[in-house]
Amino acid sequence: MDKKENTESSCPCTPDSQTHSCSCLTDTSPLSEIRTTDSTITFANRLDHFLARGGWKRESHRVEPGLYRLGSPDPDSLVFASANYTLSFDALRSALSGIDAWILVLDTKGINVWCAAGKGTFGTEELVRRIECTGLSGIVRHRKIIVPQLGAPGISWPEVMRRAKFLVEYGPVRAKDLPDYLRTHKATRAMRQVEFPLKERLVLTPVEFVHTALPMVIIAVLLWFLAGPVAALATVTAVLAGTVLFPALLPYIPTQDFSTKGLILGLIVAFPFTYSFSINPILPVWANVAGAAAALLIIPAVVAYFALNFTGCTTFTSRTGVKKEIFRYIPLMALMAGTGVFIGITLGISRLIGVI
Amino acid sequence: MFNSGKVQQNPDGKKNPSGFFDSYTETSLKYHPERCINCKRCTQVCPHAVFAEGKDHAEFVQPSSCMECGACALNCPVQAIEVQSGVGCAWAMIGAALRGKDMDTECSCGGEDGSCCGTPEEPSSCC
Repeated sequence: MDKKENTESSCPCTPDSQTHSCSCLTDTSPLSEIRTTDSTITFANRLDHFLARGGWKRESHRVEPGLYRLGSPDPDSLVFASANYTLSFDALRSALSGIDAWILVLDTKGINVWCAAGKGTFGTEELVRRIECTGLSGIVRHRKIIVPQLGAPGISWPEVMRRAKFLVEYGPVRAKDLPDYLRTHKATRAMRQVEFPLKERLVLTPVEFVHTALPMVIIAVLLWFLAGPVAALATVTAVLAGTVLFPALLPYIPTQDFSTKGLILGLIVAFPFTYSFSINPILPVWANVAGAAAALLIIPAVVAYFALNFTGCTTFTSRTGVKKEIFRYIPLMALMAGTGVFIGITLGISRLIGVI
Repeated sequence: MFNSGKVQQNPDGKKNPSGFFDSYTETSLKYHPERCINCKRCTQVCPHAVFAEGKDHAEFVQPSSCMECGACALNCPVQAIEVQSGVGCAWAMIGAALRGKDMDTECSCGGEDGSCCGTPEEPSSCC
């Protein structure tokens, strides 16, 4: 499924062209070709999914935008919209196993439906343009397109109706609920609701961790030489706690705010390091206290910062709330980390000049 | 249940009404039930069941669950719902603030810069 960015090759519509009068509909220009797909998820697909979840070449997990035949659809078959992100497209086509349908893939630049809808790339504009470019109204007799519910933040159904004359029907949140949904075309409450179970939280952690791995290794190596192996271990622990442990434990940590949840988790993981620094027999008491204080200040601040940044990956935090959190807690985190680093540097200098 | 002549905003007062360590009790979502034509689109698009089907108009049942995705307002044919939609992503907002840009308009989610958002989960992740 290695289809690189080569969109519009057979269609003169571009994002810049006037969307109201799509030039695809002129008599000379050919409509974009109809591709064929099936419901089988191959080993290559699974490998691609694995790499996508690991954050490998984030923008490259794409399928060609346009119209696809799934099975042998006829002019009365259902039309489903999807994003040109392999995980989205593959979830849809595998869920529709045994169903003859049309799949209209929008160009979302390799981003999943919900994120793309939030950005507007999975949006009214692109949907209308894609309907026109593929000549969908000449291919199917009906005028209905089933759009995933999570595409709704980008789609205005009255607008699609007015411009493309297609009625948008919002399917369930998850593609796997489609077979059930299609029996009645009514979604249950559960099909309409987004959740964030352990499995979905954990599947996000590799990307989070990969982002921070390099700076973490650099800091850990530096601290190993400057402050010893325990400080290096503390660095790795703080990053792992913030990027892996926090997402896993999210609903079980007290309080609602991500920052306070992170501070609580940070205090817990800081405890063994604080203890270890406080009983170092080769250092004077004041240095023990200072070392312990540095660990107790820096580790919770770091974990809380990762925790706050996890808001963007969750399925429920509002912008208003996250903004409030930023103003409430970032100054505290900065103060804690700043004070901790200052103490650490003071200890380091004391050591260098032979005070301790 | 509600005074249907008034704009409704957060009438449910969900758990933890004091807002102690809870920044998520208020949102920018506003609902004008008197304009509602009961098309039920909002109940179909909301991923957090903020709206429920009612007899004459949609009921505003749990507004503090709103994540401000904007789907309801965009799909309401009579502008009965208002919300300042945006992505609740601290990474993007802090990044915007650090670059001296407006936190409210800037969204670098899912961009080339490998932000926290645009994570390859479907459909669990946002932005």
